[in-house]
Amino acid sequence: MRGLAAVLTVIVAILAIWYLAAVGLNQQWTRDQAARAGTNPGWSEVLRDTMMQERPKLPAPHQVAAEFWKLTYVEEVEGRRGLLNSGSLSNRGLAAHALATFGATMLGFAFGAGFGMLLAVGIVYNRAMDMSVMPWAIASQTIPIVAIAPMIIVVLNSVGISGLIPKAIIAAYLSFFPVAVGMVKGLRSPEAMQLDQLHTWNASGAQAFFKLRLPASMPYLFASLKVGIAASLVGTIVAELPLGGAGLGTRLLAGSYYGQTIQIWATLIAAALLASAMVGAVGLVQRITLKRMGLAR
Amino acid sequence: MMALRSVVYGFGGVVAVLLALAAVNPGFRTGLFDLRAAALLAVWGGAWALNAGLATLPRNRLTQGAVALIFGATLLILWEMVVRFYAVSPVILPAPSAVARAFVGSTAMLWADFVQTILKGALSGYVIGCSAALITAILIDRSPFLQRGLLPVGNFVAALPIVGIAPILVMWFGFDWQSKAAVVVVMVFFPMLVNCVAGLQATDPMQRDLMQTWSATWAQSLLRLRLPAAMPFIFNGLKIASTLALIGAIVAEFFGSPVVGMGFRISTEVGKLRLDMVWAEITVAALAGSAFYGLVALIEKRVTFWHPSQRGRS
Repeated sequence: MRGLAAVLTVIVAILAIWYLAAVGLNQQWTRDQAARAGTNPGWSEVLRDTMMQERPKLPAPHQVAAEFWKLTYVEEVEGRRGLLNSGSLSNRGLAAHALATFGATMLGFAFGAGFGMLLAVGIVYNRAMDMSVMPWAIASQTIPIVAIAPMIIVVLNSVGISGLIPKAIIAAYLSFFPVAVGMVKGLRSPEAMQLDQLHTWNASGAQAFFKLRLPASMPYLFASLKVGIAASLVGTIVAELPLGGAGLGTRLLAGSYYGQTIQIWATLIAAALLASAMVGAVGLVQRITLKRMGLAR
Repeated sequence: MMALRSVVYGFGGVVAVLLALAAVNPGFRTGLFDLRAAALLAVWGGAWALNAGLATLPRNRLTQGAVALIFGATLLILWEMVVRFYAVSPVILPAPSAVARAFVGSTAMLWADFVQTILKGALSGYVIGCSAALITAILIDRSPFLQRGLLPVGNFVAALPIVGIAPILVMWFGFDWQSKAAVVVVMVFFPMLVNCVAGLQATDPMQRDLMQTWSATWAQSLLRLRLPAAMPFIFNGLKIASTLALIGAIVAEFFGSPVVGMGFRISTEVGKLRLDMVWAEITVAALAGSAFYGLVALIEKRVTFWHPSQRGRS
C-alpha cells in the first residue's frame, strides 16, 4: 500500500514537471503570436494558451490524453471508417497500427525466442559450439543492430519480401541473443552437486535435461524473455520507419514530417501501453509457471 | 571421440537443415546437388572439424580465441563464397571483400561520420545521461519513500520503446548533434538509474552498522562503503547504456541530421543502393560498439577487481 502511494507521488511529480515544461516551452510561440497581433497578453492568458495550442512544442498531458482517446475510442465508435460503421479498424486510428506492430513483434519474438532456446541447448551440450558461437553472441550484443534495421527492411523490400516478414526478422534477431544468453546461464545454473546426484541415480542425459536443467533455467529464461520482447518491440517500431502502411513506427515518422506533435505523443503512449502489456503478459506467464513449479518467491 | 560426435552434430545439423529446406522448396533442391554447394559444405565441415578438435584441448585463452576466430572467419569466407558462386547482386548483399574495399576507399568520410555520431552525439549524451542518473540515485538514496516510488516507474520506463522520442527531440534541439545527445540522455537515464539505485542498496545492514559504530558521516559512508559496493551494479548499467547510446545516436539521425553522420550515411546510401558503403558504415558501428563496451568492461575489471565475477581471470 505504501509502495502504491510512493509510485503515485512520483507519477504526480512527473506530471507536474511535464505541465511546467509545457508552459515554459510553449510560451514563446504564444508571445510571438501576440506580438504579431499587437496585443500584450497577461500571464493568465499566456498560461491558458500554452495548454491548448494546436501544434505545441510540448503538448500538455491532457491534450495527449484527449488525442489518444480521439484516435482510439472516438475514431472506432463514431468515425466513418471506424470499427462500428465499417466493420474494420480505422486506418486513421491507433488501434490498427498498434495491431500491425503487435503482430510483427509477436511473430518475430516467437521465432527469435525459439531459436534462442535451441541455440542455448546446443551451446550447453556441445563444447565446440560453446567456444565458437558464444563469444560472437556476446559480441553481437554490443553492436547497435537496431540502428541498421531500416536498411535491412529496404533491402528485403527490394528483393520482394515485404509486409510482416521483414519486420518480424528484425524483431526475431533482437530477441534471439538475449534469450540465448539468458537460457545458457539458466541451463548451467544447476550445481555440480546436483548433477552428481542425478549421476548416482543413473539418470540418462535426457532425464537430467528435463528434470534438472530445464526447470532450473526457468527463472533465467523468463527474465530474458522480458528483455527480449521489449527489444523485439523496439526493433519492430524502428523497422517500420521507412515503410509506408500500418505500424506505430510509420505513424511516428508521419507525425514528425507534418509537425503533429500531439499525434506523436499519442502514438508514443500507444507504444508504451503495448510494451507494458506485452512485458506484463510474459510476467503473468512467468508467475503462473513458477508457481506451479513451486519456484515462486 | 568427443570431437567426432561434435563434428557429426555440427556438420550433420547443417546438412539436415538443408535437406529439410530442399524437401519443402523444389527450387532449392536443384541448387543443393552441385559443386558449389559441395564446396560450401566442405568449407563448413572442415572448419567445424578443426574447431571440434581444438575444443577438446584444454581450455585456455589461446584455444578459446582461436576457436572463436576460426568460426568468425569461416562465416566471412562462406559469405564471400555464396556471393561469388551464386552471383548475388551487390544491391542485395555485397561480398565482404567489396565492403572492405569501400571501407578502405572512404576512410575520411567514415571518420567524419564517426566523429559526428559517436564522439559528438553518443559520447556527450552518454556522459550527461549516466552522470545525471548517478546523481539522481544518490539524491533519492536518502528517501526510502522516493526509492519505492521511483524504482517501479524506472523499471517500467526502461522497458519502453524510448527511441520513439527521437522525432520530438530532433524538433526541439535542431538537426545537429545536440538533438542526438538529448535522445541518448533520455535513453540511458532510466536503465542507469535503476542499476544505480539497486547498487546503492547492495550493502548489508551489518556493514552499514559498522560504519555507524565508527561514527562515519553520511558522505564518508557513501564514499568509503556504499559507492564502492555499488560499482558492479553501476558498471552493469554503464555497459547496457553503452549499446543504447549508439543506437539512440544513429536512429535519431533518421529523423533529420546535417549531411554528415552514420545514420544519415546509412539512410542515403541505401537510397542510392550502394550497399557496400552501408555495410562499411555498419562495420564502423560494430567496431565502435565493441570498443566502447570493451573499454567500459576494462575499467570495470580495474575498479571491481574484488568482485567474485572478476576473480580468477587475471
